[in-house]
Amino acid sequence: MTTKEHDASVYEQMQTSSEFQELKRRFRRWTFPMTVAFLVWYLLYVVLSGWARGFMGIKLLGEINVGLILGLLQFVSTFLIAWAYARHAERKLDPIADKLRHEVEEKTQ
Amino acid sequence: MSSTTLGMILFLTFVAATLAITIWASRQTKTAADYYAGGRSFSGVQNGLAIGGDYMSAASFLGIAGIIALSGYDGFLYSIGFLVAWLVALLLVAELMRNSGKFTMADVLAFRMSPRPVRTAAGVSTIVVSIFYLLAQMVGAGALVGLLLGVTSEAGKMWTIIGVGALMIIYVVFGGMKGTTWVQIVKAVLLMGGAALVTVLVLGKFGFNLSSLLGQAAATSGPKANPGNFLIPGLKYGTEAQGLAGKIDLISLGLALVLGTAGLPHILIRFYTVPTAKDARKSVLWGIGIIGVFYLLTLVLGFGAAALVGKEAIVKGDKAGNTAAPLLAQKVGEEIFGSVGGTILLALIGAVAFATILAVVAGLTLASSSSFAHDLYAHVFRRGQATERQEVVVARVSALVIGAVAIGLGILAQGQNVAFLVALAFAVAASGNLPAILYSLFWKRFNTAGAVAAIYGGLGSALLLVIFSPVVSAPAPPAGTPVTALIHGVDFHWFPLSNPGIVSIPLGFLCGWLGTVLSKEYNAAKYAEIEVRSLTGVGAEKATEH
Repeated sequence: MTTKEHDASVYEQMQTSSEFQELKRRFRRWTFPMTVAFLVWYLLYVVLSGWARGFMGIKLLGEINVGLILGLLQFVSTFLIAWAYARHAERKLDPIADKLRHEVEEKTQ
Repeated sequence: MSSTTLGMILFLTFVAATLAITIWASRQTKTAADYYAGGRSFSGVQNGLAIGGDYMSAASFLGIAGIIALSGYDGFLYSIGFLVAWLVALLLVAELMRNSGKFTMADVLAFRMSPRPVRTAAGVSTIVVSIFYLLAQMVGAGALVGLLLGVTSEAGKMWTIIGVGALMIIYVVFGGMKGTTWVQIVKAVLLMGGAALVTVLVLGKFGFNLSSLLGQAAATSGPKANPGNFLIPGLKYGTEAQGLAGKIDLISLGLALVLGTAGLPHILIRFYTVPTAKDARKSVLWGIGIIGVFYLLTLVLGFGAAALVGKEAIVKGDKAGNTAAPLLAQKVGEEIFGSVGGTILLALIGAVAFATILAVVAGLTLASSSSFAHDLYAHVFRRGQATERQEVVVARVSALVIGAVAIGLGILAQGQNVAFLVALAFAVAASGNLPAILYSLFWKRFNTAGAVAAIYGGLGSALLLVIFSPVVSAPAPPAGTPVTALIHGVDFHWFPLSNPGIVSIPLGFLCGWLGTVLSKEYNAAKYAEIEVRSLTGVGAEKATEH
């Protein structure tokens, strides 16, 4: 271990503190629904590939069809969600996490 | 000069450069943290490139381009699943693991549970997943040799696989994580450069008009009766002829792809090579950017090969399509710059593909040997009594053994599409590893029995279903179509799907839940510690100073 022995009660105190609960809530409230959302959106695409081939084959621009556009939109949504998560984490999670880390580290010195 | 000679020269240059890196890295590798985690001193950008290097395997480059070239649209599904999967890693796993683990996946699981059974299970699962994945890379290496080195004899292919395996063992045994990471970075840059070059040339041939590229791809390589079907789903997966089982197989494949990444051991240990969780986040963001762009390039490569090389020539090169991308490089080079251009481009892309395989194989060997040494040897056999020095020696020896196993299996499994084989590795990872990881990070009540049940339940069911699937044994195909099953002549399959994900992933989660509620064990203090540590980074392993 690079760090000293930790006192378990420090962690239990921290776990029940309102600030930590707020950090946990901010983390879960953002990531859990977003995970459900992108999985549903992705599975919708897979299901359409299996059961709605006529729809996927509708040509929009020359040979470019709905299926290709939906596939490319999966790329776009992935990039956007990754970017949005980074923004959320930097603004809403990192400041609290840094503060709490210093607090615990001071107590366990 | 022939493309074979030139290809050899380029490839040997890569080998010489990476061996130099390995020698340098071996001098820097002193402690266990150096060997397993590169001293945790890589930057987010460097590790992001290395993530790309680890992930853009032969499956992505050769396999996906090959499936698109032969079956059109269906290959695109792989790219999408492989990419979206990174959101699971980014949102739920990367940072929390960096904060609460040390060297392996098992570190996170063993944190609040009885360490020996959990480490045994996680170690076994890590090694099994890595070997599945290794198999795919070795098959890719075999497919390439014939084309690039003009080696067509079975013995020649065998010796090439042995050569690739031996080089990879050297990288891992001497370079550890530091050497392997630099090899990944070099390879990622080369691969992106090579793929981008061929993509631009292909698009240029079609006046940068994607629609006319797609049109010619369908006309040249689509089904004769209805070429338009080449551009819509259903030529390979969930075909109308396979009925409902085929369509469920498609969903199964889709699930395995999207849930597998965050359970791949060689990807998980990447999060330990950076100093903090913020760097882990940054590295995944870079990884997503690089991998996403790369998959867009493979889309053009696949359809480009379908349009310019054509299905017949591709199947002649490799029946599963694994050589479509290098063949395309040769063709487009010839058409634009004449025969010398074709020779140079083939050599270039061939060398890049070899580099790709070598790097990924090294990453996988490192992951599995680390888990063997750190989890099974140090914590299970020696009950935590092994010194760091002994642990690293064992890691190096096991890298040698695992490398040898991979060589042997690679020789046996020639002729399968490599993207398809990798999808099986993803299914095993998603079933055996992901449930245990997510439960232990997010479920308060989770305990030893739950972790052990989740891993063995998911891993065991995935393996069993693969063994009894049409992948391993199948009825003899109608005359004239290629044999696709691994074992010829006997048919003992009863599971109708070729990918087990849709059954084994939920089963992994179910076993984990059942094991947990059936056992009374629960450690509140340890859960408090891992929850606080994972979200705030308290007590996270620090980078080592040199």
